[in-house]
Amino acid sequence: MSEVLTAPLVVEFPFTRSLGPVQSAFLTGLRERTVLGVRARDGRVVVPPVEYDPVTADELRELVEVAPTGTVTTWAWNPSARRGQPLDTPFAWVLVRLDGADTALLHALDAPGPEAVRSGMRVRIRWAAERTGAITDIACFEPADDAAEQPHGRPHGGEFADPVTGITAPARLDYTYAPGRTQSRYIQGLAEHKTVGERCPACRKVYVPPRGACPTCGVATGEQVEVGPRGTVTTFCIVNIKARNLDIDVPYVYAHIALDGADLALHARIGGIPYDQVRMGLRVEPVWTEGARHPDHYRPTGEPDADYDSYKELI
Amino acid sequence: MSEPARGPVRDVAIVAFGQSEHVPDSAETSEVEMLMPVLHDVLARTGLKARDIDFTCSGSSDYLAGRAFSFTMALDGVGAWPPISESHVEMDGAWALYEAWVKILTGEADTALVYAYGKSSPGDLREVLTRQLDPYYVAPLWPDSVALAALQAQALIDAGHTDARELATIGAHRRGRPDAAPGRQVVGPLRTGDCPPVVDGAAAVVLAAGDTARRLADRPAWIRGLDHRIEAHALGVRDLTDSPSTRLAAEHAGAFDAPVDVAELHAPFTSQEVVLRRALRLDAPGSTVRINPSGGALAANPVMAAGLIRLGEAAAAVQRGDADRALAHATSGPCLQQNLVAVLEGER
Repeated sequence: MSEVLTAPLVVEFPFTRSLGPVQSAFLTGLRERTVLGVRARDGRVVVPPVEYDPVTADELRELVEVAPTGTVTTWAWNPSARRGQPLDTPFAWVLVRLDGADTALLHALDAPGPEAVRSGMRVRIRWAAERTGAITDIACFEPADDAAEQPHGRPHGGEFADPVTGITAPARLDYTYAPGRTQSRYIQGLAEHKTVGERCPACRKVYVPPRGACPTCGVATGEQVEVGPRGTVTTFCIVNIKARNLDIDVPYVYAHIALDGADLALHARIGGIPYDQVRMGLRVEPVWTEGARHPDHYRPTGEPDADYDSYKELI
Repeated sequence: MSEPARGPVRDVAIVAFGQSEHVPDSAETSEVEMLMPVLHDVLARTGLKARDIDFTCSGSSDYLAGRAFSFTMALDGVGAWPPISESHVEMDGAWALYEAWVKILTGEADTALVYAYGKSSPGDLREVLTRQLDPYYVAPLWPDSVALAALQAQALIDAGHTDARELATIGAHRRGRPDAAPGRQVVGPLRTGDCPPVVDGAAAVVLAAGDTARRLADRPAWIRGLDHRIEAHALGVRDLTDSPSTRLAAEHAGAFDAPVDVAELHAPFTSQEVVLRRALRLDAPGSTVRINPSGGALAANPVMAAGLIRLGEAAAAVQRGDADRALAHATSGPCLQQNLVAVLEGER
């Protein structure tokens, strides 16, 4: 029985997000060491501020400056910091109601241990040395037993020089990808320069590449069937735009190819023939390059073209 | 309350439920390979073929396994070609069931296949779930799912609604090991015993209307009410010790009209079971309700399927005759942000 393959997979997005007027004022304010909230319809000051009322969904615009000190409303001790979190030493996650605010903000609290943390404790913002207009401009909170409560916020116009209008939020997730039994078998076949499809036990169709199930019958494909290596171009397109990181001169032809014995066409590049001479019915074979995991491209075999009726069901 | 909850316009029942084994690592199987046996099982229970199903709806998230459009490949397992009437939600399958239920209520379908699957093993689930958070103020801090649940648990303890001992007891009982130790601290106050196991798995149910349901099952589990509600997005705006959205969904589903025999609660963390029991008034004096006889999400928590499994387990209890009236609950998002409640009954 074949071994199931795995491979590292990194999914990474540098999300660029635009800000509404309230978010822009808040994040620009953080850059300037000023914390802004927004007054909700019920009179509460919401920090961090939102563009729309959490209860009524009304648009909110009345900004209020609150204090950089506040009170912990709940906390959780994080004994081992994980990637991307605000501190790389053990710390407490905290919800903090800043003085002048009626709701709480999530962040990290730098504390020596869980015994030094409790709900109700007084804390203050520790500002990041370099601030760009992001929630991480707050490096974390730190204990501030001496900080007297400052009960009320004060109105703020929300205007700053050079306001932040967007953020870039990188997101990276690391996976160990496992394609499962069927696709592992397919990939292992390719390593031996074989294209191995799988046959549906019900309708007898051979799928290439196999995905584990027959989409018509909804049952597992199991019987392995080597197909090709030769096949027929069923349809094609001419690519005129060069793809990034792809070292192929344009124009070139990308085609659907029905390998002999397969009931589903796969797709690949056609080479070894001028692009304007590729045609439906052209007979082709794979070209392997040294160390490649799949055919580099397909080229004409020189056989007569296939009869249309022989591949029309596969277009 | 405004007007009393009314019954649905059509009688719709869960007539079959199936689930996979839930395993810590399913590298042997792709999503469709994991799902297909469950689909075959649930269809076999009704005698229906895939082609007999009027509407198919699924729930899953590509972020779990990092596999783009995995739901389209999962559809191969249904036999979706030539094209069938189908839909997908990037949510727990409980919400796919909601969509299928509405579809049947409109009269456009008499039967529906609902399935859900989750493969958490390829990634780091605690990190993956941070990507569902507010991208401006919260996600850049990467607070993981256990940390957020721990903030809720501490708030509950501070409010006097529970303590570490009660949480440990819940965790041990749901796993069927009443003497188990609570384990090491993950994010305090939560210990390993308070947190759900990370597993891969799949589940499916078949819905049917009226006489079709009676024909397909000896004792259909009739959906008497089904509703879902959501709370504010920002954690700091919410009262984490309460679940007003669960309570509101339960009111609209008619859950408070009569006592239930069984309640299947989708509480991945022990502390969340405390919140839900309070919101659903399951701990009232004299209550005889059996809570999570299946073990709930603390026993097996295949993300994206665990909510649908609560509906399936509650329906199975009705179908077996273990319950005449059952409540099922599903949740989505951090700290019980969104909640769905269903009331299921056997034929009277």
